[in-house]
Amino acid sequence: MSKTGYETITVEKKESVGKITLNRPSALNAINDAMGDELNSALKEADKDEKTRCLVITGAGRAFCAGEDVSSLKERYSSGSHPSLGDHLRKKYHPMIMRIRSMEKPVIARLNGIAAGSGASLAFACDIRIASEEAGLRQAFIGVGLVPDSGSSWFLTRFLGPGKALELIMTGETIKANDAESLGLVNKVVPAAELDKTVEELAHRLASGPTKALGLSKRIVNRVSNLDLADALEYEAIHQDIAGQTRDHLEAVRAFLEKRQAKFSGN
Amino acid sequence: MPYESIIVEAEPPVGIIRLNRPKAMNALSFGVLREIVDALEAFDKDDRIKVSILTGNDDAFSAGADIKELSEATPVDLILRNQFALWDRLKKTAKPIIGAVSGYALGGGCELAMCCDMIVASETARFGQPEINIGIMPGAGGTQRLTRTLGKFRAMEIILTGQPITAREAEKHGLVNRVVPVEAYFGEAKKLALQLAQKGPLAVRMAKEAVLKAFDTPLEEGLQFERRNFFLLFSSEDMREGMKAFIEKRPPNFKGR
Repeated sequence: MSKTGYETITVEKKESVGKITLNRPSALNAINDAMGDELNSALKEADKDEKTRCLVITGAGRAFCAGEDVSSLKERYSSGSHPSLGDHLRKKYHPMIMRIRSMEKPVIARLNGIAAGSGASLAFACDIRIASEEAGLRQAFIGVGLVPDSGSSWFLTRFLGPGKALELIMTGETIKANDAESLGLVNKVVPAAELDKTVEELAHRLASGPTKALGLSKRIVNRVSNLDLADALEYEAIHQDIAGQTRDHLEAVRAFLEKRQAKFSGN
Repeated sequence: MPYESIIVEAEPPVGIIRLNRPKAMNALSFGVLREIVDALEAFDKDDRIKVSILTGNDDAFSAGADIKELSEATPVDLILRNQFALWDRLKKTAKPIIGAVSGYALGGGCELAMCCDMIVASETARFGQPEINIGIMPGAGGTQRLTRTLGKFRAMEIILTGQPITAREAEKHGLVNRVVPVEAYFGEAKKLALQLAQKGPLAVRMAKEAVLKAFDTPLEEGLQFERRNFFLLFSSEDMREGMKAFIEKRPPNFKGR
């Protein structure tokens, strides 16, 4: 099933896997204002749609996403005036990043090619990153005299620690997929030809999982990095109470006792 | 008594009042407020009930006053309607009220939450006084209760900008007792209610009264008030039972007398 009405992205749904493809290949899927709006609205739809139990985000053509499309700010720049970037981020990127992090279902970044600047942030915000060997990650901000945004500094510091994060931010060098994997920035790298199969398998596996428990796990992981151990233990316990009340938990235990495969409904 | 805009359930020892205007985000019409106050007063008179829980739904505790109802009102209408008399009655509730708050608690909804004695909030709760955005200001205690709880500067920001705060911020500033996941806030409020319900009802009532006294008396007068309530409890059967049970290492059996 493919939804229309979007011009800069395509949205598909296959069984319970949703897929959003950034679709401006000639601009390396750079995010212009229209794409920002469409992405925000498609993410909201995927979040609200209970039948979407896993979401894949990817790019069309050879790039994943080149980040902010500065051409929309071209006029401003050529007249020599400074843009107001903070508000632009707050309006366009913050809702996007927060939506991906807070939607209580798995979100996979299918990294088909380069992810630069806020395009890398978009990938970092996802729960799991699967990359093709052709992919790369780049902190492109410093190259244009800017600082990391859309969560890049936050994600990199948590993934890598401040030392390595600053190296990537300050040099602006492209990290190739294989190096990104050894750093822990992507979960898995596969040859380009196997990317589809790998992502599809994972997406369908997650989509047929206990969605409520997957979502709650994400909620816990998002929160515990700000907590001390005692509070984290309590936060886990209160969520285990909730997970324990789900139909899927009952089904999983019964299936185990009856020595059969569990069939999860998502709640 | 039939209620239209709230659902009232007695689950002794807990009385539950649930705002039930989901389409209007539980807006506080004159009628809702009257029903809430009636229900609280009925619980006050019901010996089986020791604690009330006031709640809405996951999306909205209450998103504020019923703007439609207010938009046409003249000062004379407001005087005749005498809505604030209801808020004064609400303040006089003797038994403890626990607010179980999720989603929006805005304007009158925030003021209603602040009339509770304790607040358990869901992580998705938002507290705010957005009246300033429509050219008015809080009128049911917002400027006073928020200021006494958060202090002048934070209260000023919330009231003058109209910008709501999150449950976590509210927790940090002492506006709520605890914040739990949205799936758990009502259960947590109930746990708290059951905990209070085990205490001596007279002691709970007098202690509540004394704590509220701190809001409008100088310290010396408040201390005198506290002392008087303290002495009074020494004439209760519950005091004798409580101390006897403590010495005999058994749970007390309070009668509320």
